Amino acid sequence: MLRLFKKVLTTGVVTESFKPPKDDELEQLGIEIKRHLDKNFSGSIAIREVDAGSCNGCELEIHALNNPFYDIERFGIHFVASPRHADVLLVTGPVSRHMQTALLRTYEATPNPKWVVAVGDCAVCGGEFGISYASCGAVSNVIPVDVVIPGCPPTPLALMKGLLGLMKG
Amino acid sequence: MSSSNWTVDFLNQLISAAVTVEQISLPSTTLWQTESNHWQQFAELALQQNMRWVAGWAEHVQDRFFINACFEKQGVYVLLRAIVNAAKPELPSQAIVYPAANRSERHTQDMFGINFIGHPDNRRWTRHKAWPKHSHPLRKDFSVQGTPDEITQPDMDYPFVKAHGTGAYEIPVGPVHAGIIEPGHFRFQAVGELILNLEERLGYVHKGIEKIAEGRSPESLARLAGRVSGDTTVGHAWAACKAMEQAAGIDIPPRAALIRGVLAERERVANHMGDMGAICNDVAFVFAQMQFTRLRELWLRTNATVFGHRLLMDRIIPGGVNCDLSEESCAKIKQDIIQLRKELSEIMSAVDLNSSLEDRLFTAGYLAPELAAAFGTLGYVGRASGQSFDVRKNAPYAPYDQVAFKVPVETQGDIASRFWVRNKEINAALKLIEKFIALLSPGDIISPWKTPVAGSESLGIVEGWRGEIVSYIRFDADNKIARFYPRDPSILNWPVLEKLVLDNIVPDFPVCNKSLNGSYSGSDL
Ligand code: SF4
Repeated sequence: MLRLFKKVLTTGVVTESFKPPKDDELEQLGIEIKRHLDKNFSGSIAIREVDAGSCNGCELEIHALNNPFYDIERFGIHFVASPRHADVLLVTGPVSRHMQTALLRTYEATPNPKWVVAVGDCAVCGGEFGISYASCGAVSNVIPVDVVIPGCPPTPLALMKGLLGLMKG
Repeated sequence: MSSSNWTVDFLNQLISAAVTVEQISLPSTTLWQTESNHWQQFAELALQQNMRWVAGWAEHVQDRFFINACFEKQGVYVLLRAIVNAAKPELPSQAIVYPAANRSERHTQDMFGINFIGHPDNRRWTRHKAWPKHSHPLRKDFSVQGTPDEITQPDMDYPFVKAHGTGAYEIPVGPVHAGIIEPGHFRFQAVGELILNLEERLGYVHKGIEKIAEGRSPESLARLAGRVSGDTTVGHAWAACKAMEQAAGIDIPPRAALIRGVLAERERVANHMGDMGAICNDVAFVFAQMQFTRLRELWLRTNATVFGHRLLMDRIIPGGVNCDLSEESCAKIKQDIIQLRKELSEIMSAVDLNSSLEDRLFTAGYLAPELAAAFGTLGYVGRASGQSFDVRKNAPYAPYDQVAFKVPVETQGDIASRFWVRNKEINAALKLIEKFIALLSPGDIISPWKTPVAGSESLGIVEGWRGEIVSYIRFDADNKIARFYPRDPSILNWPVLEKLVLDNIVPDFPVCNKSLNGSYSGSDL
């Protein structure tokens, strides 16, 4: 136990500070609805992540948001286990046809008002997989998308900026 | 290594059993062509020889199907092929002999409409509802676009195994899980908290990778291969590029091979750190999770500075790599390793002395070595259950053929063992990175590409962080890909999860699952 505390104390706090994204950055991230969001959320959002067919690369970087460097919860952004608790769906991957109904149902299960963030090139435009017998391509082909965060995968910093853009500046 | 003496004995054995094979030499391996009616008998004789069943896939060529199975013994790979007429595509199943072949044959059955006679479980596997029963996406007359419905219906009537009896109940989980993980379905039968049976139902992230690979250029195929499973981008890109390079008759420069080695070992270390943290987190030991995710983040940041991508995507390209290592980068990598070793030793001693962690991980999720062998279990899952096979060691390729290193093997078979084997693999990987850097000498990092002859084929086999990756490539004319089949180690490891959870309690399922950490994407394709 002593070793544990020693390591905790010597590690210290590694969490980094972030500035909310500037206007031009918001535009790059495809955030057009910030005004509405500002009205609807006072300082916190609950996110349900849905892998709708990703290669899992995007998930790895979304995971990183919870590591001590980014610690995204301190901004009031937290991940929840059910769409019924969520304000925002964070969707990755081209939507595989085998996940199409699951995604639609998850969307329906999310209470209004709700927002959808498409994360990663695949979710934004179909990426390397595109549209085929097995893939519906971009998330917007299946459910309405409000925000896109491109990248393959987007770095935690890009994700952070995209998500902070959803919140009050 | 007792070279390939066994192939001579085995061929003689085949002859006396009246199983005819014609040997055709390929760039990377020997192709043994046999009659389709001998398919199963071959497997029986192969099992007697203790050969490992490695992979199975098919290909539609004009009016015939090529059916392939790959076997390995003592580091020597044999590619077995039977050719059947497309009018009546059937042959006896190997899955009766080798359980490892089970899901692979079901995939081939769904994708090609090939009937494996006597298959112990011929329910659909990869097919849900995106295409109808009697159409088969990997046949040439099936277009890439297919004819999907506006909305693909969920696969509601899949015939799961049922449990009956007082007190037995079912828990369906997924495809959308509670955590930030890939989708798949798990069907538990339990009594009280005890798991009586688990059935996996995957295929949710099937993206048609094999189909959309057709017609690609080598560069484009390498990009696709790097997205078969995002956490194994280096491993899959390497295996696919190796297969393409062998088919084209290209040797990559020694410097490129060393850099590939550094990339692959960095991928191993990053994933193992992530998994070790997650295993601890699943038993509520958050200290380790925070420390490991912190170390992983630092590691990925160095990836970004040195190689230009945190997960190392698209660094391996046909003919070599597209990222060189400067003196400065090498110094940075070496410095990082010294620091990481120090931190890991502090963390691991805290972890080792923690009795609550010991309580949860020891004896949980036990996989017996015999079972691991029967299923051809790979990587750290196999190595925690006595299966020592490692491509880097048993069928060495550049740059692993130039260095000495250890492959840790344990026989304890529980979650604790899968955790500690990962730790040992990290230590071995760090040493490998140092050795590869020390061996670097100035030179090219890419060889010029040569268009392969139409029809050239090859197997690219490397040890990814999860275990052996097999990538089959055949070229068409004009530098185009005719067939790409990537076999992720997860395809062989997923089935043992159904076994190792038995008699564990339902709440321990997440940690059992994490200790194996199969790829959904790499398995669904
Ligand atoms: S955007 Fe890239 S990392 Fe994300 S799912 Fe697609 S291929 Fe994978």
